[in-house]
Amino acid sequence: MSSTTSNEDYYVPHGTYWPIIGSIGLSLTVIGTANFLHGTWSATPIFVGLAIIIFMMYGWFGTVVTESLAGMYNKQVDMSFRWGMGWFIFSEVMFFAAFFGALFYARAYSVPWLDGASNNDATAQYLWPDFEAAWPLLSVPLADKFSEAKHAMGAWGLPAINTLILLTSGLTVTLAHWALKRRDNVWLVYWLFATVALGFGFVFLQAYEYSHAYQDLNLRLDSGIYGSTFYMLTGFHGFHVTMGATMLLVIMIRAAKGHFTPENHFAFEAVAWYWHFVDVVWLGLFIFVYWL
Amino acid sequence: MYNETTHDGEGAHSDHDHHGPAKGLMRWVTTTNHKDIGTLYLWLSFTMLLYGGSMAMVIRLELFQPGLQWVEPHFFNQMTTMHGLVMVFGAIMPAFVGLANWLIPMMIGAPDMALPRMNNWSFWILPFAFTMLASTTLMESGAPAFGWTFYAPLSTTFAPDSTDFFIFAVHLMGISSVMGAINVIATILNMRAPGMTLMKMPLFVWTWLITAYLLIAVMPVLAGAVTMMLTDRHFGTSFFDAAGGGDPVMFQHIFWFFGHPEVYIMILPAFGVISAIIPTFARKPLFGYSSMVYATASIAILSFMVWAHHMFTTGMPVAGELYFMYATILISVPTGVKVFNWVTTMWKGSMTFETPMLWALGFIVMFTIGGLSGLMLGVAPVDTQYHDTYFVVAHFHYVLVTGALYSIIAAFYYWVPKWTGHMYDERLGKIHFWWSTIAVNVLFFPQHFLGLAGMPRRIPDYSLQFAEFNMISSIGGFAFGLAQVFFLYIVIKTIKGGEKATDRVWEGATGLEFEHLSSPPPYHSFNEAPPVK
Repeated sequence: MSSTTSNEDYYVPHGTYWPIIGSIGLSLTVIGTANFLHGTWSATPIFVGLAIIIFMMYGWFGTVVTESLAGMYNKQVDMSFRWGMGWFIFSEVMFFAAFFGALFYARAYSVPWLDGASNNDATAQYLWPDFEAAWPLLSVPLADKFSEAKHAMGAWGLPAINTLILLTSGLTVTLAHWALKRRDNVWLVYWLFATVALGFGFVFLQAYEYSHAYQDLNLRLDSGIYGSTFYMLTGFHGFHVTMGATMLLVIMIRAAKGHFTPENHFAFEAVAWYWHFVDVVWLGLFIFVYWL
Repeated sequence: MYNETTHDGEGAHSDHDHHGPAKGLMRWVTTTNHKDIGTLYLWLSFTMLLYGGSMAMVIRLELFQPGLQWVEPHFFNQMTTMHGLVMVFGAIMPAFVGLANWLIPMMIGAPDMALPRMNNWSFWILPFAFTMLASTTLMESGAPAFGWTFYAPLSTTFAPDSTDFFIFAVHLMGISSVMGAINVIATILNMRAPGMTLMKMPLFVWTWLITAYLLIAVMPVLAGAVTMMLTDRHFGTSFFDAAGGGDPVMFQHIFWFFGHPEVYIMILPAFGVISAIIPTFARKPLFGYSSMVYATASIAILSFMVWAHHMFTTGMPVAGELYFMYATILISVPTGVKVFNWVTTMWKGSMTFETPMLWALGFIVMFTIGGLSGLMLGVAPVDTQYHDTYFVVAHFHYVLVTGALYSIIAAFYYWVPKWTGHMYDERLGKIHFWWSTIAVNVLFFPQHFLGLAGMPRRIPDYSLQFAEFNMISSIGGFAFGLAQVFFLYIVIKTIKGGEKATDRVWEGATGLEFEHLSSPPPYHSFNEAPPVK
């Protein structure tokens, strides 16, 4: 930019239809879900809504990719994207924080309190006198209402392997970045492929672990607070891994088309940030849900 | 003038900023312009204010006399619930986002918001979310009736079917708020004109920057809370069910971890508005600018550490009560700094009392009253007496109505000549202020006495000794409600015409929007960044 005071180079797009399409898709999805839960509608509206959302994302991101390749974004636009992605990831961290908070609260307070800890003698005495606090909590206070788990999920089988897989994928995505920076498009695609494969491999093993938990351990979503926190935390994480791996797949296809240069590849970086975030959340899960 | 730029034609897309607004309805649906989107937000907010207000009228009508007069108790509970939700998420929050959209780019010399398409989406989620929320009233089960704080198990085990629509509406509002907040941060950090250093930014921009951080930090936590509600209701989890090892009180912790920063989300931008208006009409620069910035940041940080003062009566350990009490009282220090600075700004100023100044002064006096009753509520042993009484209702209406809403109305009168190019009718504005201010005190001040005497909140009927104060309060309520219909008339009249506003609008006004832009500003302002002294 020759002039330091011109705002002309900051790309402000014309009107856009993608947001309203996204709003319609989102609304249809959630209204469909609520009606499905009440048994008033079939599941079809949910899938139509999701299809609209996917269409919106494809179109919206497609527009952005086209504009980016046409050189319409200057450094300042790039910086807006960076701030945007960074704080989006922070908002995701806070979403997980709510569920980690629930886990810590259950482990530190609600379960011990039900057994009379702190000032809760009367609670234990009058509600469920036979209840004994433990973690992982297998025997819940009111067994009739829940399907109690037979065993807790161990840490050092599949979860440890999954930890290794995700940590390795963090390495491969960095190797991909290095390849990008030295203009080595072949290895960029190879390392991205490895990362995507590790990501979906993780999801596959997680699904296998769930089936083991349901069938062999009877550890279910309705097994009390242990099952609740276990599935909601690992489930949302698994969903994020799926999203991240899908994003990586898109980036791999774009890399194969030669979209990225060492100077201009924020889309790659944004997805790499997201991938590392997913990785870090998993470490928290491995330590607090599986191990300790 | 920096709007009619004579740029040198470099850049392949230099024509794109010069188009005007599109024609017809689709202009508003597809717009990426911060001014259009600001206008949409403000009209949504006004619509929600009247909708939430009409429910308040039902509440005051029922409470006009003791005994059940007009509505069923279950419907009354729906009214208190929906009134709170609509006012918090529909009236106050979108109004401030609307002000942010209109003002932040003009105040920092930016061509638009940083992420214009996402800006459109932030807004256009909301009409869907609020339609969904409002539609619950028409459902067979009725609307949610568990209070706007939707405590478990009322909102889980014992809630109506419509609760699921409420849950998803909150999800959508959360998505909208997070995207809006990200946009505000990216705009402020990345789009400032050269020379506009952080410590030169108007306080409205500062307070919104900090508010945006609060939003990004806590809206996802709210989304987590309603997600847990959803799975507790339908998928057998037991987050809020002690029978499975969870705890209904855990809901309150998660909710208020969102809810307390939320009250600062609704008041920090108000502080920014007042910090703009007082100096203009006192004709003096703001006293203690940097201390205002630090005070705002301190309040925001403290707001994350005080949430359980809403829960003093849940039986938490004494150490917890003590901690949350002291931390809460600590917030009065930076808040006191702010009030002190506003008063000191006026000290020996050449004051005039145009309508925006009246609303700002009303804010300072009555927000402080709400702050002082908040101090009383923050004291744990005292709160045991006041908890869930009309004293609490009086407290948060003083900070939210005569606080947040007053600042929004003040902002309207202050900036509407800039936005539309028309002066509002000064006589009508003053009538609006005095009518509202007398009415709002008749409405809410007696509620302090009702609460101290033991009248519980969210109850359609009451003992006879509360009758007089309730009748007085209701009369004030009807008068205040009518005053805002009068405000709607003033707004429409101002948009349609009025005395031509000058570019500076106010004799003492400062800031890029007054010094460098016409009234009304061009559709795309600051194609060239303005010089910042």
